[in-house]
Amino acid sequence: MTEVVFSNEMDEEMTLNMGPHHPSTHGVLRFIVKTDGEIIRKATPDVGYLHRSLEKIAERCTYQGYMPYTDRVDYVAAMFANECWASACEKLMDVEVPPRAQYLRVISCELNRIASHMVALGCFAMDVGAITPFPWAIREREAVNDRLEELCGARLTYNYHRIGGVSYDMPKGWRDKVLAWLDNFMPAMDELDRLVTYNEIFVQRLANVAIISGTEAKDWGLVGPNLRASGVKWDLRKADGYSVYPELDFDVPVGLGEVGTVGDCWERFWVRCQECRESAKLVRQALEKIDEHPEDEILAKLPRRLKPKGEAYARIESARGDMGCYVIGRGAVEPYRAHFRTGSFTSMGIIEAKSPGLFMADLVAFIASLDVVAPEIDR
Amino acid sequence: MSPEEIFKQVQAELGEELVFNFNEGGDIKDAWFQVDPYSIDKLAILLKTDEALHFDYLECITGVDFPEEEQVHVVYHLCSLAEKHRIVIKCFLDRDDPALPTISQVWPAANWQERECYDLLGVLFDGHPDLRRLLLPDDWRGHPLRKDWKEEDNYHGIPTTRLNPVALFGVELPAEEEPAEEAQESKEVSA
Repeated sequence: MTEVVFSNEMDEEMTLNMGPHHPSTHGVLRFIVKTDGEIIRKATPDVGYLHRSLEKIAERCTYQGYMPYTDRVDYVAAMFANECWASACEKLMDVEVPPRAQYLRVISCELNRIASHMVALGCFAMDVGAITPFPWAIREREAVNDRLEELCGARLTYNYHRIGGVSYDMPKGWRDKVLAWLDNFMPAMDELDRLVTYNEIFVQRLANVAIISGTEAKDWGLVGPNLRASGVKWDLRKADGYSVYPELDFDVPVGLGEVGTVGDCWERFWVRCQECRESAKLVRQALEKIDEHPEDEILAKLPRRLKPKGEAYARIESARGDMGCYVIGRGAVEPYRAHFRTGSFTSMGIIEAKSPGLFMADLVAFIASLDVVAPEIDR
Repeated sequence: MSPEEIFKQVQAELGEELVFNFNEGGDIKDAWFQVDPYSIDKLAILLKTDEALHFDYLECITGVDFPEEEQVHVVYHLCSLAEKHRIVIKCFLDRDDPALPTISQVWPAANWQERECYDLLGVLFDGHPDLRRLLLPDDWRGHPLRKDWKEEDNYHGIPTTRLNPVALFGVELPAEEEPAEEAQESKEVSA
């Protein structure tokens, strides 16, 4: 942890309120910042503005009926909470998911990961003062949203996954549309690299800012791209090998310290860029392999009323990292208890510890680089 | 290491009075064992610092309320990124006075998760650096994930309930159809 010594005798500490509606807070959250001039002494996050008691709601819903609520856990990447809830319930009830549904899950999730990372990258650039990359990134996300809309009828809160599979198969001609978009996507990523990632101003602004070491990242429970940017090679798609990921070929990008130090803000941007490319690779492979499995076998046969007993903890790699769902059933139609462990929640915790000594403007870059989404913190 | 090996090693170090009740196999999806609540901090240090155990990552802290058993369970999901093994640890607490030591000095990630657990279930973590409510307002009364929690009819004078529109406007609802119970019951999932 950074030890900051303030030697100025003419001490004028100022308490500054940032939020709850500050544009860089990515949702509704608030920071109480104690500053000495431009330098932060302490930034205390105040969260809970978007608390919708999703865990309490779960205790009143049926297992299948809770699915639309999981969309709202993280509305930038709703597919992952869908999958997490579905896989927790499947683990609890020993349900086998048909392979075609597994592939559809991979395709939908990886597309959603690209969309989510595009929001993260665009907003990140905008938060540090570059407006142009935002519409460039959103243009790509828009295309993904269009494809997902054709797949499941919704652009943001999908409610696509089901316990035991997915709700719809691919529509006719959908594959070609996705492939056509993917052909354009790789050049667009290179373009984004030229415009932003390796831009001299951008590198100067973010390299060596808010460095999180690998040990620190693990201790604070950082997950996903934030953890990998700190040089820890950990990806549940590889480590757990859930779903059909072991059959697909992809790399796990890890921070290398190319322009600064491993674990700085720039690394976190770069890792997300690389992950988009890997996701594109995954979608392409999954679209090829999905035809090995018969059409319309996308949902396991389940009884109308699910009344499982026991408990299960399932985890998946969401856009914001390790997402876990803990579900307990006691033989009723409603779950006895459901709990979501999300990536943004733990990354928020580290801000208070890492903020002392940062510049005020760097706090904004730091929040943006962690890619926190307020509803995922509050649930 | 398998969960059983982990349990054996921990039990050998801390003693059978403190670490017990290992459950694995059959219907249990994630192997778990129970620990005496007031030894959780000792156990946490052991789990993190021991080279073979090497639990460097705290996944999740959850509380679960069981009013019939007069208990609140605190459940820790731990994972080792280096060794790639996992374990679940449970502490059974007295429902009227649920308290146990904090482990936030071992894994800082516990800091916020314990605050959340306190906020929603009223579990007190002794020695926590900043045990305030996290998600709910500071002046909130009660802990909503307790099973017997009832929503108050107003919050600062703002009513929390509305009249049911069905009753208010006298809407006539269609008669409910009962699903064919007998046919379904046989296929019931009982995990």
